[in-house]
Amino acid sequence: MDLKLLTYLVVGATFAIYIGIAFWSRAGSTGEFYIAGGGVHPIANGMATGADWMSAASFISMAGLIAFLGYGGSVYLMGWTGGYVLLAMLLAPYLRKYGKFTVPEFIGDRYYSKAARMVAVVCLIFISFTYVAGQMRGVGIVFSRFLEVDITTGLLVGMGVVFVYAVLGGMKGITYTQVAQYVVLIIAYTIPAIFISMQLTGQLLPQVGLGANLSDGSGPLLERLNTVVTDLGFSAYTAGNKSTIDIFMITMALMIGTAGLPHVIVRFFTVPKVRDARSSAGWALVFIALLYTVAPAVGAMARYNLTTTIQHGPVGQAEANIVYEQRPDWFQRWEQTGLIKFTDKNGDGRIQYYNDKNPAMAAKAGELGWKGSELTVDNDIMVLANPEIAGLPDWVIALVAAGAIAAALSTAAGLLLVISSAISHDVFKGALTPEMSEKSELMVGRISAAVAIGIAGYLGYNPPGFVAQVVAFAFGLAAASLFPAILMGIFSKTITREGAIVGMLTGLVFTFGYILYFKGIFITPLADNVPANWLFGISPEGIGTVGAILNFVVSYAVSKVTAAPPQHVQDLVEHIRVPSGAGRAHAH
Amino acid sequence: MKNYIDSTDDAAVAESHWAASLKLIAGCLFVWFVVSYGFGVILVDQMNQFSLGGYRLGFWFAQQGSIYTFVALIFFYVWRMNRIDRDHGVRED
Repeated sequence: MDLKLLTYLVVGATFAIYIGIAFWSRAGSTGEFYIAGGGVHPIANGMATGADWMSAASFISMAGLIAFLGYGGSVYLMGWTGGYVLLAMLLAPYLRKYGKFTVPEFIGDRYYSKAARMVAVVCLIFISFTYVAGQMRGVGIVFSRFLEVDITTGLLVGMGVVFVYAVLGGMKGITYTQVAQYVVLIIAYTIPAIFISMQLTGQLLPQVGLGANLSDGSGPLLERLNTVVTDLGFSAYTAGNKSTIDIFMITMALMIGTAGLPHVIVRFFTVPKVRDARSSAGWALVFIALLYTVAPAVGAMARYNLTTTIQHGPVGQAEANIVYEQRPDWFQRWEQTGLIKFTDKNGDGRIQYYNDKNPAMAAKAGELGWKGSELTVDNDIMVLANPEIAGLPDWVIALVAAGAIAAALSTAAGLLLVISSAISHDVFKGALTPEMSEKSELMVGRISAAVAIGIAGYLGYNPPGFVAQVVAFAFGLAAASLFPAILMGIFSKTITREGAIVGMLTGLVFTFGYILYFKGIFITPLADNVPANWLFGISPEGIGTVGAILNFVVSYAVSKVTAAPPQHVQDLVEHIRVPSGAGRAHAH
Repeated sequence: MKNYIDSTDDAAVAESHWAASLKLIAGCLFVWFVVSYGFGVILVDQMNQFSLGGYRLGFWFAQQGSIYTFVALIFFYVWRMNRIDRDHGVRED
């Protein structure tokens, strides 16, 4: 059977499963539509959270990023897992005890203000749409690369599948499809990793293989990798090239941003009890860690494989660089997609791949008759081409395609649901049409989900420039706006409505402005995005941390000079701090 | 225990429950900070003097060890927190 047909079959089979689950778990009430009726088992919710959380970027791009950043890639590994510790201990159990449907609803109740609720809705919609555009793009790319259909068709099929289970099933449908999607994506991710680890180091577990000796007897993988890349003028793999303060700030922004992302928080509204919300965060991290501890191994091993394929002997020896005509099959196949590109700058028919921006290396290369690095490699190839690099059978390649689509669809669905809940529950039921019946609210929810899918599809087809900056944006804004407001709402009884609103806006405007200033979204950048220009040496990716600190400080200061929150709000805070009585909605 | 609590001031129970929760959270977040920001970022060069198999220790904490610790930390927190709830008679039925 040829690869294309096999890929169609595997991807088609997974779609059939998702749609089947959606019919079995249709939502019949707003409770089921928003929070799956609040009856999801904590382990199932952990799995669903894993799929919700791990996006196209985690699946396709993260290992490649780590491969090129080396130690610097640790910011993603620590940042995108450490946030679950904050969620488990600081937010999830208390928001579960609060026991309503959405994040803006909590902010509105705690800060006794519709304005605060609307500020939260704006933050939520902005964060979620930025994020979802990247997911739809991911779906389109996977379709076009593996199934050889054009991006538009790929997008339409992806939108159609999400439409069926998000609009019909709401949170209930999404939760159980995400469980299935988690299983597909984790199998697809780990199988190629295990094979590559076996080939390079003889270790079954990639997590062990990364710290093991190479099978060819040349010593530990990471030490060999350091030698191989520094010989070509790149910085040492285990050292990286980011400053300590920047690593610190980016990691912190990603952690608190994770804990402040509405589509992640809302998953903890779906479990039956406060103590389930706590353990469910632990299970979510177990399932996420399965991928996140494998990713650095995939990154390092792929970098090693790629570099030693091109440069298979000592630098300087003429025959140590691979002859272009003898390049491996996977190289040829992925050249067609443009993910890997070769230009023979010195016309010797061999590939030279090195760091031509390093002056010492450039000088040495000049003496050897090299005229610049001849290879450009896209990060994404590290995961997408992995099964072929490892020489794995076709069904594994088909599985990787299904896994990448599962990762993108599950995250897209989670995001679309929080957008539609914010529209139907916070904007319509909460402000515009408070008198509407549950049935109408459910209908508004379904319609807003459908509209959101349409907008997301359009953004995926026609991505605004800022999609590539999704990390800096979505996480920075979540870190600077929502996370501090929720945290202070639980841990302080004295933060006032005015304090929270001014604090959120300060964090939002500062972070947004800083990213705009250096990245130039909608406008041309006002300054070069280089460390010399940054505030305290903090890159736009890490600025959300400073935005969060500003939010805390401003909220505290403004609360000092405004009237204390009313008694019923202080009672609400008391109420959510104690677990017993979680099943009943709080009347106040 | 339950009767004793019902007959005394609910606010005092809530206050002592909250104080115990805060203490546990502070302890857990201390460990959270040390394994990631401490061993993996600030002290990474010092930690890299040591090795764990073929890993340099600081690098291991940054790319593996901190994640394992986070998982263990959440389950430790869940276990202790459930005990705090029970001891204060505020566990959900």
